[in-house]
Amino acid sequence: MSVPSPASPAPGAAASPPASGRAVRPPDQLRGALIVARFSLRESLRRRVFVVVGLLTVVFLALYGLATWQAFKAAEDFTGATEAGVEAETVVGATLAGLAMFAILFLGTILAVFLTLGAVRGDAERGLLQPLLVRPLSRRTLLLGRWVGATSVCAPYVMLVALGAFALTWALGGWWPDRLVTPLLGLALGVAIVAALSLAGSIALAATANGIAVFMLFGAGLTAGLLGQIAEAIGSDSLDDIARIATWALPFEALYQAGLAELTADTVGFTRLAIDLGPFGGAQSGGAGLWVWSLAYLGAVGAAAVAAFARRDL
Amino acid sequence: MPEALSVTGLHKAYGSVQALRGVDLELGGGELFGLLGPNGAGKSTLVKIACGLVRPSAGAVRVCGFAAGSGAAHAALGYLAELFRFPDWCTADELLGLHQELAGSGGGRAERDDLLELVELGYARDRRVGAMSKGMQQRLGLAQALVGAPQLLLLDEPTSALDPAGRHMVRSLLERLRERGMSVLLNSHLLSEVELVCDRVAIIDGGAVVAAGTPAELSRPGGVEVETAAGLRTFAAATREEAPRIVRELVAAGEDVYGVRVLTSTLEDAYLEAVGRTPAQPAPAMPEAAR
Repeated sequence: MSVPSPASPAPGAAASPPASGRAVRPPDQLRGALIVARFSLRESLRRRVFVVVGLLTVVFLALYGLATWQAFKAAEDFTGATEAGVEAETVVGATLAGLAMFAILFLGTILAVFLTLGAVRGDAERGLLQPLLVRPLSRRTLLLGRWVGATSVCAPYVMLVALGAFALTWALGGWWPDRLVTPLLGLALGVAIVAALSLAGSIALAATANGIAVFMLFGAGLTAGLLGQIAEAIGSDSLDDIARIATWALPFEALYQAGLAELTADTVGFTRLAIDLGPFGGAQSGGAGLWVWSLAYLGAVGAAAVAAFARRDL
Repeated sequence: MPEALSVTGLHKAYGSVQALRGVDLELGGGELFGLLGPNGAGKSTLVKIACGLVRPSAGAVRVCGFAAGSGAAHAALGYLAELFRFPDWCTADELLGLHQELAGSGGGRAERDDLLELVELGYARDRRVGAMSKGMQQRLGLAQALVGAPQLLLLDEPTSALDPAGRHMVRSLLERLRERGMSVLLNSHLLSEVELVCDRVAIIDGGAVVAAGTPAELSRPGGVEVETAAGLRTFAAATREEAPRIVRELVAAGEDVYGVRVLTSTLEDAYLEAVGRTPAQPAPAMPEAAR
């Protein structure tokens, strides 16, 4: 049964000037994404995310500083290393910085996941998403905005905290990384990828399931990194290949490994050997190819997320 | 000028479940259209397809001439979902500000203030959503839907959380919007509400339109009831015009007549009949002034 419209307009429609249909100028895609990102940032601010994260980061850096101070103090008594041609301060500094990068990547991942884990399905189930998507705002723009919002928090966060940890290492032990920019950018791009994975996961998975899935992926990446270190220690090419493929499949780990390698890029001799035998030794720089791959990976995750979101009924 | 909403041969299946089975519907400019139906009839699915939130399996929906889901269609409509939530941390003013930005409305503070006054929330401009009652949030939802003065307003159960005064406010608001030329699709379970404000009504059941027309067209004469000394006598086939003749004949026959009521079926009766449930009894005709 069809319901046609009446032939004549409804009373009043033609008699009075319509207030409806006032000219509006919807924002373009980029501006729409920035509006969403800004709103996400404001939400983080209002929910005191930054206060909590800031306080806990201060606690983290304080503990790191304490550990660094104690480690360098202990290294002063380790005269045997110097006699063997190993620069103890470099080994301690590089190991501590590696530990810091590991912890910071983990903190950045937590932040990225919690800012995005319920961005689509979770928000849709709560009825938060529908009013926004009925605006002239494409789903692609919404995803982009949410990713920009999360990344603009996580990426500067990991870079600043890593910089703070390196500064503490230098102030308390006199050690400074051989390269600075690459490790910082590696961490930043790494959390940007985690945010993208979490955002993509939020399209299909409920918030809790998505959070678990992303953390399991993160754990898989770390395991791949450890496999690489074991492969380096025992000289297994097969294991090394497996580890390399796995870390490139989860490039946040490959970027972290590349950052680790860059910390001591200019270190040679017995000191190099001592670092390689340590818990954060054996990391391999991915070269320019890793950056290209990581950006392509990010784009592919984004494209897959957009395609999946476009097909989703809300 | 294109129809505010044009639905043609609309089908939607969620897996093996057919939510809509070939719905055709048109909504003209300045028209207030009621959508009725039992739970699961497909009303919300239809509205969501018009909003671009759900993809149709077949058929076409156009909003003011634009394909549903397109940017132009979104720019022309306002929507209040049945189940919605706004971020509890932001204020009423901030929420409307966000929607102004997303809609590209240049109305600024004046528009936000007007909309809040329109839904009687002017006093709660700086109140956080989380500190509002459900009814206040629903009124804020209405204000949100009106940001940018859309040509078509899609309201899915807009009064479900409102008290009688709030419902009256919404009815009054809808009538004013109609006077200004805004088209409204009202999806509601409250038949009396739909009967009071809607120009036309469609009843959906099992994903198909099973009855449509003006509320008056859907309501049918139910006879004439006469109260006499012998009790109530019902002339089921009689119309309003026949009531004086019936009274004359009864008086002529020596009956004492104490009261006469013209019976008519209500929209509720029509609804129950359309969805396959028999109405109990025709109710007395509603006084004209109450319509």
